[in-house]
Amino acid sequence: MSKVIFTFQGSHLFHDGEVRGNFLHYNGESYEINKLPLDAPVSGTIYGTLLNYKGALSQMGNAVYEEPYNMPPEAPILYIKPINTIIGYGMPIPMPIDETELEIGAALGIVIGRSATKVSVTQALDYVAGYTIVNDVSIPHKSIYRPAVKFKARDGFCPVGPWIVHKEDINPDSLHIKVFINNELKQENTTGNLIRSVPKLLADVTEFMTLSEGDILLAGIPENPPKANAGDQVRIEIEGIGYLENRVMKEDELIAGVNI
Amino acid sequence: MKRARIVYGGSIHHAKEHEGNLLLDNGTLVGEEEVVWLPPVEPKTVFALGLNYADHASELAFQAPSEPLVFLKGPNTFIGHKGQTVRPADATYMHYECELAVVISKTARKVKAEDAYNFVRGYTIANDYAIRDYLENYYRPNLRVKNRDTCTPIGPWLVDAEDIQNPMNLTLKTYVNGELTQEGNTKDMIFSIPVLIEYLSSFMTLNAGDIILTGTPKGSVDTPVGAQVITEIEGLGRLANTIVG
Repeated sequence: MSKVIFTFQGSHLFHDGEVRGNFLHYNGESYEINKLPLDAPVSGTIYGTLLNYKGALSQMGNAVYEEPYNMPPEAPILYIKPINTIIGYGMPIPMPIDETELEIGAALGIVIGRSATKVSVTQALDYVAGYTIVNDVSIPHKSIYRPAVKFKARDGFCPVGPWIVHKEDINPDSLHIKVFINNELKQENTTGNLIRSVPKLLADVTEFMTLSEGDILLAGIPENPPKANAGDQVRIEIEGIGYLENRVMKEDELIAGVNI
Repeated sequence: MKRARIVYGGSIHHAKEHEGNLLLDNGTLVGEEEVVWLPPVEPKTVFALGLNYADHASELAFQAPSEPLVFLKGPNTFIGHKGQTVRPADATYMHYECELAVVISKTARKVKAEDAYNFVRGYTIANDYAIRDYLENYYRPNLRVKNRDTCTPIGPWLVDAEDIQNPMNLTLKTYVNGELTQEGNTKDMIFSIPVLIEYLSSFMTLNAGDIILTGTPKGSVDTPVGAQVITEIEGLGRLANTIVG
């Protein structure tokens, strides 16, 4: 059982509920989760973090000392998933016409509860409302020298959900993450492998920029992100939060990103 | 028409320029000195261009890019006209960047360059400060350089598109403490406004209110604490900003 915050498609309201098994309890009633039109529980800006898994950085090998990088990253390297990328649980991820596979980035989303500027590591979690699951989709690309807007900011490239779990129920630094494609386990990792733990990441990011209520900071993407093709059902599970499921569909089979 | 978002009497108003004063949405006429200026458009998705003027690219010892160098900025970084921008204590080189900002009018997807101006609502001025000490070669320019709180003044006005005959031929000037330190013209952009709208909308949907900061010409100098920085674009006005510690 976990306390969650959720929102429905077509509504700007956020509701408090409780998840028990396959049911969401809300206002004294129980609803089957799969029948609910849940929407992405996002009201702020989504910031991604590059190379925050030990395995992802070590895979870079000596390249971090060579051109064009020249040295390993010092401060958190962030990017933005703009609003055109955000979709909810169950909505289709559009596969651009010219692409054949997409990279699935299984990320813990840290949802900010109140304005956080220059917070200390020890107090960082006081500024967190809870956690959600984010699929930080990318078109596969090798170079991380220049900003990856063209690869990471396509329409529908940031499924978020199904809800936000209250922070009281979660230890963000030891959460199992699993990615299934068509029900086959393709990736497993844990936030125990983060280079910057969640509190440390919050401290280092808010040292140079304010995170506001409703903003979501992604803890990072584990190494070897699985690839998905058109038609694939993608499921990201994060321990204690639930799972986020979306199907990849060819862009030209959708109307304005929606499958009707 | 020149439009602004301001705070007056404890509330946020939309306002229009009226003979040197501000005509608020409730009909009140107030002086420019009596208001607090907000960004003229509430920033949502904001694109910024790096190295979009050949002279600035060579000033920074870069080849001009073959494809637009685009990055995104968050809402935390924007402040209005006459605001204060914080210079970190350890910064050794912090410079302004006077940029023409293009505001999108409606949803835009796969727009051709020849139709692009139909998707422009208007123009404003942005000062896209950079702190070069924090540059790292990952997703360069990284957000620690380009998305700091207070480091992107924008305004004062959103000027309607129809009032600007040719946005690709506007003089840009920056003054630090009254001295002219940067001068260029939007005609020297490598990727023009229509090309940028075609490029961005070719792979993602642009929304009403999205903003594109189109890059800066050469002439970057360090701005110490106390510097009064004015970024000016022909026909759009003057955006004032003060560097504080």
